[in-house]
Amino acid sequence: MTVTLDAKIPAGPLADKWDNFKADEKLVNPANKRKFKILIVGTGLAGASAAATLAELGYQVEAFTFHDSPRRAHSIAAQGGINAAKNYKGDGDSIHRLFYDTIKGGDFRAREANVHRLAQVSVDIIDQMVAQGVPFAREYGGLLDNRSFGGAQVSRTFYARGQTGQQLLLGAYQQMARQVGLGNVKLWNRTELVDIVVVDGRCAGIVTRDLLTGEVRSHSGHAVVLCTGGYGNAFFLSTNAMACNTSAIWRAHRRGAYFANPCYTQIHPTCIPQSDEFQSKLTLMSESLRNDGRVWVPKNADDHRPPHQIPEDERDYYLERLYPSFGNLAPRDISSRAAKRAVDSGRGVGPLKNGVYLDFSDAIGRLGKAVVEERYGNLFEMYERITGENPYDVPMRIYPASHYTMGGLWVDYELMTTIPGLYAAGEANFSDHGANRLGASALMQGLSDGYFVLPYTISNYLAPWLNKPIPDTSHPEFAKVEAEARDRFRQYLSVGGTRSPDWFHRELGKIIWDYCGMERSREGLEKALGEIPALYAEFQKDLRVTGDAESVNQTLEKAGRVDDFFQLGMVMCQDALVREESCGGHFRVEHQTEEGEALRNDDEFAHVTAWEWSGDPTRPIEHREQLEYEVVKFQTRSYK
Amino acid sequence: MRDPTGSVWRMAQTLSRGPVTGTAKPAGKRKPFLLDLYSTAVGKKYVMAITGILMILFVVGHMIGNLKMYQGVDADGVYAIDHYGEFLRELLYPLLPKYGALWIMRVGLIVTILLHIHAAYGLTVINRKARPVKYQSPRDYQIASFASRSMRWTGVIVLAFILWHLADLTFGWVNPDFEYGEVYRNIDATLSRWPVAIFYIVANVLLGIHLFHGTWSLFQSMGWNNPRFNPWRRWLAAGVATVIVVGNVSFPIAVLAGIVEHPGVS
Amino acid sequence: MTTTLTNLTLKIWRQDGPGDAGRFETYQIPEISDEASFLEMLDVLNERLIGEGTEPVTFDHDCREGICGTCSLMIDGQAHGPQRGTATCQLHMRKFQSGDTIVIEPWRASAFPIIKDLMVDRSAFDRIVEAGGYISADTGGAPDANLIPIPKPVADAAMDAAACIGCGACVAACPNGAANLFTAAKVTHLNLLPQGQAERFKRVEAMVETMDEYFGSCTNHGECEAACPKEISIDVIALMNADYRKAKFKNRKALSRI
Repeated sequence: MTVTLDAKIPAGPLADKWDNFKADEKLVNPANKRKFKILIVGTGLAGASAAATLAELGYQVEAFTFHDSPRRAHSIAAQGGINAAKNYKGDGDSIHRLFYDTIKGGDFRAREANVHRLAQVSVDIIDQMVAQGVPFAREYGGLLDNRSFGGAQVSRTFYARGQTGQQLLLGAYQQMARQVGLGNVKLWNRTELVDIVVVDGRCAGIVTRDLLTGEVRSHSGHAVVLCTGGYGNAFFLSTNAMACNTSAIWRAHRRGAYFANPCYTQIHPTCIPQSDEFQSKLTLMSESLRNDGRVWVPKNADDHRPPHQIPEDERDYYLERLYPSFGNLAPRDISSRAAKRAVDSGRGVGPLKNGVYLDFSDAIGRLGKAVVEERYGNLFEMYERITGENPYDVPMRIYPASHYTMGGLWVDYELMTTIPGLYAAGEANFSDHGANRLGASALMQGLSDGYFVLPYTISNYLAPWLNKPIPDTSHPEFAKVEAEARDRFRQYLSVGGTRSPDWFHRELGKIIWDYCGMERSREGLEKALGEIPALYAEFQKDLRVTGDAESVNQTLEKAGRVDDFFQLGMVMCQDALVREESCGGHFRVEHQTEEGEALRNDDEFAHVTAWEWSGDPTRPIEHREQLEYEVVKFQTRSYK
Repeated sequence: MRDPTGSVWRMAQTLSRGPVTGTAKPAGKRKPFLLDLYSTAVGKKYVMAITGILMILFVVGHMIGNLKMYQGVDADGVYAIDHYGEFLRELLYPLLPKYGALWIMRVGLIVTILLHIHAAYGLTVINRKARPVKYQSPRDYQIASFASRSMRWTGVIVLAFILWHLADLTFGWVNPDFEYGEVYRNIDATLSRWPVAIFYIVANVLLGIHLFHGTWSLFQSMGWNNPRFNPWRRWLAAGVATVIVVGNVSFPIAVLAGIVEHPGVS
Repeated sequence: MTTTLTNLTLKIWRQDGPGDAGRFETYQIPEISDEASFLEMLDVLNERLIGEGTEPVTFDHDCREGICGTCSLMIDGQAHGPQRGTATCQLHMRKFQSGDTIVIEPWRASAFPIIKDLMVDRSAFDRIVEAGGYISADTGGAPDANLIPIPKPVADAAMDAAACIGCGACVAACPNGAANLFTAAKVTHLNLLPQGQAERFKRVEAMVETMDEYFGSCTNHGECEAACPKEISIDVIALMNADYRKAKFKNRKALSRI
């Protein structure tokens, strides 16, 4: 709590801040832009859009992805849609309303100026994506269609069937591919960031590992942008893709970038429950299902009858019982916790008793099978493909799962981390969602950062460096960092223990899920802070990585990622421990109302907690950024 | 491009490390239009389709002309089909010399068939290079039909048949009883031989299989695609194939079964 | 309800590197839940192999939701295995029976060189997109999104084509190793939309000719459509063929005018 972080928020009234920034910032003239090299790590929505835009502006851009193609980034899996304050429906939407909804949805723990800017540029995103040829859903008149989403009273979500993330990512990917084709972006595929190089307090470049040849290589640049996504896989079981990891932002953290609010993680209530001990990935089912499905569990914990044999009065429709006005549509965090309590009370359903029913029989009776099929047919099909059960006959089984992480690298208004020259965009930073993200806002934030924020703010940093020498890869610091990276990977190979990285990841995930998941308590977190370091010590002694470091070795890649998850896990638990309040995705059992609702503490915790690496993951150094609200007033969320 | 082991020819490959950039090539100097068009696989498929259409028209016309077999003799005591032969030889006479129109059609057909073969050969080479190492386990095809997968074989066999057919009924080299101009007699003589009749039947069935895939396929290759008539493409293909097979196979059967009368030896 | 499959035999293609000769190796899976996905079954095998100190099987995979297109695998002679409209990552073991022998091979095509075991390089797809699979609209200059109304059927047809996940199953399944379905899906998506008209003919020409450098030719077998996890129709190939034909004439005219 030594430093009060300065977010460099521009002066002026909230609505003018972004314009004021643009009016005052330093620019690089077009002919000089090619003298600057920008390294972009990650090619999801934020990375691809930033790479394309910066290359169009004339900067030298190098883009790095650990996938075989930039199009595989996990942004592709987003289903629902993207918010924008277009007010095409004329239903009272405005930039201010989107801003306010986002702040409120984030439980008043986001930075006002950033969120307002996000709402401002949201409208440009839709224009840009339509120009790229994204086939958004349309009405018969040919104009864009919108739907409503949780946490808003207006219809402002643009969508492309259930594949909005895919279509947006492909739009940004194609835009970047054009720049690759034209020779303005150098693309490194199957290349993973393994460290950041800091020279004289400034980010000088990165060190990467070629996943095919194992070659460790240095890259220098004027600025580095991390668009490497979130750390939801810390839980092992999540809806994130298998390769999603924290390594890039964690390595940056270890080199001096502060990590903000790691305990803010979002749990999505409607995922397909785990079916087996060895399952490694959970699948999300769109939240829209809760519009017509009724959630229930048997009243009696020992009820092993199949669902249709359980009579109505022996079922507990617990959401309808506890939250009569919102019922099955209670917000994500609330319905997730309710499901957890139902399962923890032994009333879970399914072979592993780890889910709750989402029952459509009433809807089918009321609307007819045809209507239900039209609304949810593709989702039912997907459910059947995965579970082998037909949801028209048998109720679906759902359970919450880790889905998104609001925390990330601390960045200022310009998206720069605490290391000058190192930026973080998209889910990798912490800035816009506070303690909870609204549906359809992740895509908006990734594209906003990459298309409309970073290209403006980065010149403000670069301009003074014009024609000044920067350290190139021959600087001894690069050699040192490279050597450390090589040693680290050699080390994983030489432990020679008995257990795979996946085994450790699974065990680590269990601890974090149990103690730092949907509900957290001081006791549990302290327990986790004892168990994680113990397991980490075992990891360092008993890890087994087969193969070598000179060819494709997925086990070795995994080992590096799990190592970083261990260290992050400890800081997540610390963060959850010091935040003595409940807000958004962070629910501390000690801080709840008599009805079991989250109890915020605005007097003491209206701040961002940003952690500094101390060399010991069990002892990170805490910093704070006070959140000043000029426009919004604190309110308590109520969904009763 | 030869692969590192030097054993197989391959298409371009991408597996190199290091950054990728500047991959879109500026439009360079192009070959003359038709050659440029023909240089891509899609262009070769246009050639396959267009030459295919011409040959389908020929095969249908040829079959219809041959139906004159069933007309027997005309009023002047000459076989109708012999008149038809005469008609073809004198087509557009005196605008063109005798045999003029016939030879124009023949040359056209020869060019058509050579283009069809050349394009097919070119495509085969491309496809071999595109998968130099085959799957090492059996494939389980879902849609690809016997017709589509045997185009190369049916094509080659039909070509062999055509050559033999020319030798048999145009030049008479393999037909000991061949008599120039006596179309009916020649057909009857050659098809009365069991092995020849069977060869004709087999070859025409293969031709039908070839046409079944070819007729449908040419719509795809040319990009003639419309939801309104798409379902009809399969029916058209089946129809063309059936008509050709039934028509052409009827001749040897009719001859062998004595449905058409044997002409006396003149 | 969950049942357990027993006594599965896997014949998996193992290959140490791009230049090496590969071979099938046989592994036994004594039992596995039918709830397991196909890739989870491979995870279980790999965990066991690591335990035994041997190298696990290398295969590409990521989202496991059938959308990223990273997974591949030729399973019993079918790209993405026996279930229609399903990528390997969403294939589940209930599609198999106890005692089955399952043969797993990598995609095979010249343009998809094998990197290791079941992992191949599909960068050739990126080259096709880089050649023209985009609409040139620099960031910042876009007009309002509702300026050009797009009829719903057109938007829907574009979306059908745009659903392509770039997995390469079409190439793998094609007896000729052709990438026409992949290329045509992108051509169709962009060429149907009003925004895509300005570059319509330049796009199709560049994409088809880049495709030609890497892939085989389409002879209309239709295997690609059957293998496609998004069930994209080969109608898109006809559209590409038509546009390429038109492009050849129109581009020539356009060039002669300069």
